[in-house]
Amino acid sequence: MNPEAMMKIENLILRRGGVTVLDIPELHVQRERILAIIGPNGAGKSTLLLTMAGLLKPDHGKIYYQGNPVDSRASRSDMRRRISVVFQEPLLLNTSVYKNVALGLKFRHLTGSEIEKSVDESLEYFGITSLAKRSAKTLSGGEAKRVSLARAFALKPELIMMDEAFSSLDPPTREGLMEDLRHILQETKITAVMALHDREETLRLAQDVTVMAAGKIIQSGTTSQIFNQPDSEFVANFVGTETILEGMVESCTDGNMIVSVQGKEIEAIGDCSVGQKVYCCLRPENVTLSSKAQEQISARNIFEAKVSKIIRQGFFNKLVLDCGFPLVAYITITSCEDLGITQGVTVVASFKATSVHVIHREK
Amino acid sequence: MDLIVQGIIKAFELIISFDPEVIGITWLSLKISGTATFISLFIGVSIGTAVALNNFYGKRFVISLINTGMGLPPVVVGLFVTMMIWRSGPLGFLEILYTPYAMIIAQAIIATPIVMGISLAAIQNLPPNLRLQILSLGASRLQMVWVLIKEARLPLLAAVMAGFGGVISEIGASIMVGGNIKGYSRVLTTATVMETGKGNFDIAIALGIILLLVAFAINALLTQIQQRQHPR
Repeated sequence: MNPEAMMKIENLILRRGGVTVLDIPELHVQRERILAIIGPNGAGKSTLLLTMAGLLKPDHGKIYYQGNPVDSRASRSDMRRRISVVFQEPLLLNTSVYKNVALGLKFRHLTGSEIEKSVDESLEYFGITSLAKRSAKTLSGGEAKRVSLARAFALKPELIMMDEAFSSLDPPTREGLMEDLRHILQETKITAVMALHDREETLRLAQDVTVMAAGKIIQSGTTSQIFNQPDSEFVANFVGTETILEGMVESCTDGNMIVSVQGKEIEAIGDCSVGQKVYCCLRPENVTLSSKAQEQISARNIFEAKVSKIIRQGFFNKLVLDCGFPLVAYITITSCEDLGITQGVTVVASFKATSVHVIHREK
Repeated sequence: MDLIVQGIIKAFELIISFDPEVIGITWLSLKISGTATFISLFIGVSIGTAVALNNFYGKRFVISLINTGMGLPPVVVGLFVTMMIWRSGPLGFLEILYTPYAMIIAQAIIATPIVMGISLAAIQNLPPNLRLQILSLGASRLQMVWVLIKEARLPLLAAVMAGFGGVISEIGASIMVGGNIKGYSRVLTTATVMETGKGNFDIAIALGIILLLVAFAINALLTQIQQRQHPR
């Protein structure tokens, strides 16, 4: 197996009231990397996190931490002392911020000065030194979240588990915390497992991704693999591949294939047998738009497209195009105005053959 | 009307002059009920917490039993304790019938389910993931339980108030197992009943006022502590 894995899960099964809620044949947490567990609500992300943290006892299967099996009360409590868990809700005690952050250190019977040093350091990391004397019950949501993170980081864990670290925070608070957390994880080199449901958070924080649904792992890989080469329609949809087209391979030579999609031909890279039914997946950011006039386009796939819908999404617009097949593209609001794009206008949409990700489709 | 006015005036005289007998009765009441509440706090909080934190077959039934116990009729407790410590009863060898010890036992039996029921609810009302969060910070099971009890301190104070309030104003069991012996097992409630029966309304009113004051003072003190922890 992988000698570098910080944690390894084998054939893990967890049942609750007769229902199998987790069924994980294999999962690795790589050292000094950030693994995101993503999936829709109810996929079992939190449950998996709690099981990995030794807080729920699996019905079957093995967890290895740093190469050693975690299968007894003693080994579970030993592992618990080396990892920290941050829950979705801050779960602060009704006392001062300082005492909350010191809690885990107190359990370890450290001396007062050792505790003070770690607490101060952790408070500073999260920029909440000024809150130390405040009562935890008077904090805002973002502040409480920071305290809860500081409490976990104060223990200098080898591995930290975070369940929906940014949920229920307003956008600026969320933004600030995400940036800080990214820095802290980079600096401390603490291995992290984060349950997330937002793909932007995943892209910004994680190096590895595991996609879950209904208690099972659908796909595991590096962030780029998951986002660019989803191996099923479910994952493609979940990671935000807006364009997923049903097609059939028409020809394939030397790794270049032509897929017929609703009467149009799309060029893609890869090996496939002719006649194979496939999905062509395309991320909206990989579609380039230009006005008709321009001719200097290196991309292999060039289509005339009618703008059938413009959806405003903050700083950019999402365009739904009709090229004979539906295609989704992003464009900044300024470019949209520069190119004079309005509903009903015809534009040229292009994308590289390498941007098309082909997934095999069941018959 | 005259009777009542005279009674109230006499009552205040007794209180202000620190009548030794009245003071003695008050002090004994505080000692017996305080000790009983203290004992019930230990048993009630530990069993209440244990029931709240563990899942076992018949848990709901046990909780219903505890909740029923919160309304235990003192006379039934008095009867039970009397039988147990009756000379020929199973605990007769202790020879504690008609002593303050018997009263403490009876009052502790009355207060324990009250404290237990409130502690159980208090621990159950903590966020369900709090336990796991505390464990994940490296707490041993004992450390975890202690943190939870501290976190539930406000409702637990309410448990103390309810328990103490219940036993200091209770009469049935106290008179049955204590015997209302002058200067030995005579407490505020039993004395009030006796003086009323004798037609000594002045003393009865004085004792009644003291009982109210004691209950008020204890609760005011605990409320003060509770509210200080809870600024909003």
